[in-house]
Amino acid sequence: MPRHLLNPMDFSVEELDKLMDLAGDIERNPDKYAHACDRKILATCFYEPSTRTRLSFESAMYHLGGHVLGFSSANSSSAAKGESVSDTIRMIGCYADICAMRHPKEGAPLVASEKAEIPVINAGDGGHQHPTQTLTDLLTIRSTKGHLDHQTIGLCGDLKFGRTVHSLIEALSRYEGMHFVLISPPELRVPEYITDLLKEKNIPFEEVISLDEAMPQLDILYMTRVQRERFFNEEDYIRMKDFYILNNDKMALAKEDMIVMHPLPRVNEIALEVDSDPRALYFKQAQYGMYIRMALILTLLEVEV
Amino acid sequence: MLSLNISGLENGVVLDHIPAGKSMEIYKYLDLGSLDCQVAIIKNASSKKMGKKDIIKISGGLDQVDLDIIGFINHHITCNIIKDGHVVEKRQLHHPKKLTNVIRCKNPRCITSIEQELPHVFFLADTKTKTYRCKYCEEKYSFK
Ligand SMILES: [Zn+2]
Repeated sequence: MPRHLLNPMDFSVEELDKLMDLAGDIERNPDKYAHACDRKILATCFYEPSTRTRLSFESAMYHLGGHVLGFSSANSSSAAKGESVSDTIRMIGCYADICAMRHPKEGAPLVASEKAEIPVINAGDGGHQHPTQTLTDLLTIRSTKGHLDHQTIGLCGDLKFGRTVHSLIEALSRYEGMHFVLISPPELRVPEYITDLLKEKNIPFEEVISLDEAMPQLDILYMTRVQRERFFNEEDYIRMKDFYILNNDKMALAKEDMIVMHPLPRVNEIALEVDSDPRALYFKQAQYGMYIRMALILTLLEVEV
Repeated sequence: MLSLNISGLENGVVLDHIPAGKSMEIYKYLDLGSLDCQVAIIKNASSKKMGKKDIIKISGGLDQVDLDIIGFINHHITCNIIKDGHVVEKRQLHHPKKLTNVIRCKNPRCITSIEQELPHVFFLADTKTKTYRCKYCEEKYSFK
């Protein structure tokens, strides 16, 4: 049975450490891994477009010397003809050694993994999970801060619907000495199951409204986008999307070694002037995203270098 | 009062105190139609406690019937295990850890809404609150 990655919590803390060690080694010695996946093929099965994620997977595979095939929307695939996920993955298994699947329906990658003879990576399934995003966030923190534990992390913006935020909080709740500052309008606070989880584990957290007041204590600021499609009414969206805009004035309140993260793409929640601040890490994050996907492909394919 | 006589059960299980009219639902949930053992359904039997009730008697087949499903459907149904013509056990019904094709996921964004012949599987996510979640999308099942 091949191993899959379907949920960010599929890997234990120890396994994650190993994975991130590998990603770190790839970053330092890229040449060592340039032919690690020679003659191997990654299938990118994207039933909905997500250029950013697909490019990251493709780049990861090319950097390992492997090849990529796939489709990037449901219309260009057999799904348009009504083929099930179970049937598609069986066919893909004949052509490729590993599959990254993006699907608008929740649980589709799990269905694929039940029928697959190759490892399946969940590259995002609707509003459900996006584990490689979470792994990217963890690697970014660990690589720049040196460790994942003992961090005060501020999460800002749409905390109610933001899947990346929920997954990151869950993943970080496994480390010691964490302190969460949840910064959002009252309407967009994290769901109760997240605060329940933190309470249950006795992890200190605050729910606050002001980004300015939260800034000075933060080691990490994780900004998120307020998505237009989350709102039924345009007025609500316009009122809230401008609620929290990070600019140089706010950055002046922060620690010198605080880092700013963002899953991208941004709309306007981070002013362009912040981009040149050395603490702005959101573009570097994409690079870590590629390294962690390289490490993941190697690990799931059980390739030793 | 005229009462219908169903001959005594030697070995098997008697599901008693089924709310009147609900026996066919239980029959379907337990998939009794697929068993080749004898099944008797008694409708509208008189009951001191309930006025009217339904009873299901299943001869043998104890290992083929997932009685825990009844624990999920209705706690008040009693479940008597019969051996050699005697009640040997009043089975305590537990909430099953897993339910396959008993309830359906109502989340329109769930893969179960489109994938051909995919079973609807729920697992018991929280034993305290008796919360069931869809295996695929992890949405809570709500009884409403
Ligand atoms: Zn579901």
